[in-house]
Amino acid sequence: MNQRDIVLKINGAEHPIQVQPRRTLVDAIRDDCGLTGTHIGCEHGACGACTVLVDGVPVRSCLMFAVQAEGCEIRTVEGLACAGQLNPLQQSFIEHHALQCGFCTPGFLMLATGLLEQNRAISDEELLDALSSNLCRCTGYQNILDAVKAVRNALAADQTA
Amino acid sequence: MNMRESQNMTHTVAVARSEGPSKASVIGRSVTRLEDGPLVRGDGSFAADINFAYQIHMRVVRSQIAHGRIIKIDIDEALAQPGVIAVWTHADVAEVPPIPFRATTLKGLEPYCQHILARDRVRYVGEPIAVIFATDPYLAEDASDLVWPEIEPLPVLLDAFEEPGEFAPGLSTEPAVIRKGYGDVDAAFAGAHAIVELDLAIGRHSGVPLECRGAVARYDAGRDVLEMHGAAKKSHWNRDEMAKMLGRSPSGFHLYEGHVGGGFGVRGELYPEDVLVCLAALRLRRPIKWIEDRREHLIATNHSRQQRHLIKAAIDAEGHLLAIHDEFFHDQGAYVRTHGPRVADMAAGLLLGPYRVPAYRALGHYRLTNKTGCGTYRSPGRYETTFVRERLMDAIAKRIGVDPVTLRRRNLIKSSEMPYARPLDALGVDVILDSGDYAGLLDKTLMRVNWDQLNTNLAARRAEGELVGVGLAMFVEKSGLGPSDGVRLTVDVTGSIQLVTGAASVGQGMETVLAQICAEELGVKYSVIRVLHGRTDLIEFGNGAHASRVTVMSGSATQIAAQKIRRKALEAGAIILKIPVDELELVEGHVRQLSHPQGPSVSLGDIAKDLHPSSRTLAGREPGLSAEGWFFSEHMNYPYGIHVAQVNIDKGTGEVKVERYLVAYDVGLAVNPMLIKGQLVGGLAQGLGGALYEEFTYDQEGQPLSTTLADYLMVTAQEMPQVDVMITEDAPSPLNPLGMKGAGEGGTNGVGAAVAAAVDNALNAPGFVTRLPIKPMTIHRHLRETKYKVVPHA
Repeated sequence: MNQRDIVLKINGAEHPIQVQPRRTLVDAIRDDCGLTGTHIGCEHGACGACTVLVDGVPVRSCLMFAVQAEGCEIRTVEGLACAGQLNPLQQSFIEHHALQCGFCTPGFLMLATGLLEQNRAISDEELLDALSSNLCRCTGYQNILDAVKAVRNALAADQTA
Repeated sequence: MNMRESQNMTHTVAVARSEGPSKASVIGRSVTRLEDGPLVRGDGSFAADINFAYQIHMRVVRSQIAHGRIIKIDIDEALAQPGVIAVWTHADVAEVPPIPFRATTLKGLEPYCQHILARDRVRYVGEPIAVIFATDPYLAEDASDLVWPEIEPLPVLLDAFEEPGEFAPGLSTEPAVIRKGYGDVDAAFAGAHAIVELDLAIGRHSGVPLECRGAVARYDAGRDVLEMHGAAKKSHWNRDEMAKMLGRSPSGFHLYEGHVGGGFGVRGELYPEDVLVCLAALRLRRPIKWIEDRREHLIATNHSRQQRHLIKAAIDAEGHLLAIHDEFFHDQGAYVRTHGPRVADMAAGLLLGPYRVPAYRALGHYRLTNKTGCGTYRSPGRYETTFVRERLMDAIAKRIGVDPVTLRRRNLIKSSEMPYARPLDALGVDVILDSGDYAGLLDKTLMRVNWDQLNTNLAARRAEGELVGVGLAMFVEKSGLGPSDGVRLTVDVTGSIQLVTGAASVGQGMETVLAQICAEELGVKYSVIRVLHGRTDLIEFGNGAHASRVTVMSGSATQIAAQKIRRKALEAGAIILKIPVDELELVEGHVRQLSHPQGPSVSLGDIAKDLHPSSRTLAGREPGLSAEGWFFSEHMNYPYGIHVAQVNIDKGTGEVKVERYLVAYDVGLAVNPMLIKGQLVGGLAQGLGGALYEEFTYDQEGQPLSTTLADYLMVTAQEMPQVDVMITEDAPSPLNPLGMKGAGEGGTNGVGAAVAAAVDNALNAPGFVTRLPIKPMTIHRHLRETKYKVVPHA
């Protein structure tokens, strides 16, 4: 099968890679660009473990081909911490015990990042609705919801301060 | 150090600690986890994250027929595909013995074990019949579509309740019947005031971790060492058994556990794919990588739970249990897998829960069917039998005309009777309930949920036409399975502390818990302790992570090792500081004089230097500030709990919504309440899945119908109720110095039972629920048949 030369821009860095048109974005991110923080849980868009941001929008990277993401700004979990400092969402997940095995965590972090960037004042109902699109098998979700709500509330407090 | 007070729980730490410097005790505190940093940064090392240069990718070709005779498997076309290096069928691996199992006392199961590639017959859809090795995973998958099996279909057996069939010529699909019991059951039934009988069933569920399985093997011919990465749960047992299968010495064969994306009983068992990657690494002399996809996971990785129970109780006029007789049918799937008959064994051995039962007989038909093989899943044998037993208690209460709480209270074993030996065994050890105050926990639970007021409120809502109800289930868990666990603890010359354990981490937070126990003894911050696990190359023995054993067994071993280090450090400090040892203390990583905390001190790192083998001051002492700790236990211990579920049923669809839930659970000693709460709530989510949503179903030909996460419905954030967790420490275990009991399975155990009782209550239909999961269509049918005429409760 023919190979295509493409450049994926992930967390601000350019990755020139050669892929078949059928190669999924998540496989390219993980195996061609070496960013294994994005995980594969089902390969049919049901679990959300592979959620990344493509031009700011949460996307199941198992349902997108790598060639479709050329020219897009892709963000993965590796891009959240800044100069070794965890960002507020990562810190909040730790403090709220929002992870156990941690396999779904990158997907939830990217989904929540996208949600809060789109709407800093997202309501509890909207948050529950959106976060229920990703699966976690360890935590029972309560602490994940609490962790995201804490960051949202802190953002709101910042805005009013 | 980051700390967070646990919310929503009555938690009091009032347990005697071993003598130590615990000015600011770290045991009992909800400290954040050591594990979390790498996991939130995406720096984890899960199976699929492991890569070696020149690796080959393995793809498994699986049977699409549930039962059939293999005539021929044509691999020529697959072998000719680009990138394909080898294709194997059974003939290529015929010398490898089938996968063994961990024995109980039951005999005769060996002929029922699974070969790593099907021989002669296929027995379930998903059974490996061939493997492709190719340079790229996409190419391997392409080629797998070009393997052409010719299989003559045979009749399928899908229900373990049906008459057994033929597994192979001369072998029945019922390899064994498990028999346990004591007392004169027949006399009790003959003289009973009444007999209550039920026919109950539990569906097929499984752990379904978010990470599918994976294994990466490589053979280093230069050192003659075979490695398998992506291991979990039982690294040492799996290594030892695979070494036997492949004819290697265990010392030249190592398993490496990295991060593990959830265990729940199914992951880290020994499966055909593990053996195949190791064998291929030896033969093809290149690293071999295999990553399971989700469809494979749902048809190849262990299933669990499926049982049908015909249970009856003999009772007196007050509802006291006189005897229980339970005949059950355990669906093991196509093969005896690594757990052997353990789930059925535990079902028979632990069915009685917290109640006094003068006579008991269990008859467990352990049967094979043409479905995926089964093993354990969180609270194995207990989720099932708690449903069965608690349904029985509710039925007895109805029969006698008392409320379910009163009926239970009449039959509870009293705390004054502890330890309470049942004339039974489970997992090969005698069932001796070590400690427990069941009635005390019942009192606390009723107060916590304001039981009488709650029932009044729900009755008022029902009178308004809502279908709401509450249900309660009591249970006894088990934890701390022996026989032994060892750890090795080392302090290096910088004062860094490394704990190597033969236990495993499946995401439950064991690194943090062991570090807390270690820190408590050594007077150091828990965050300076590095915990290594699941590595056969670093420690000779290990029993892994299962049966809620790690905190109890490895935790106790850690305490012992840390006490040895502490003693060594104090003795060395006495020489260095020239102060008698009984005047010294170890605080914040320094040995100093009790009476002069500001006076001279020496750090653990400097003591390690002093004890270095090349130290001039060693003076004949044993070198190294290190120690091994071993803990042995002949018996399990028995935590216990109560679940209360409040449900609301949609009249239009029959859907059950769980409005509120309480998990009350006694752990003896809560090392880290936040992590225990996490275990209980997470376990509840899985139990809820089994009670209402999750089920592996098959068509009449044995084709699996739950092959994606869109068919196998796991709980999402939407379905989770508001959960209250009450952790108590009323009954520390006398079987370990800290009094700990396990918490991994108590959130799961009682969910099916509590939700079933709540649904009955909401429908005002006692005994309505006889089967898990409770599906909307079953309730919808009931509502239609009763024409929505739900009679308000009296």
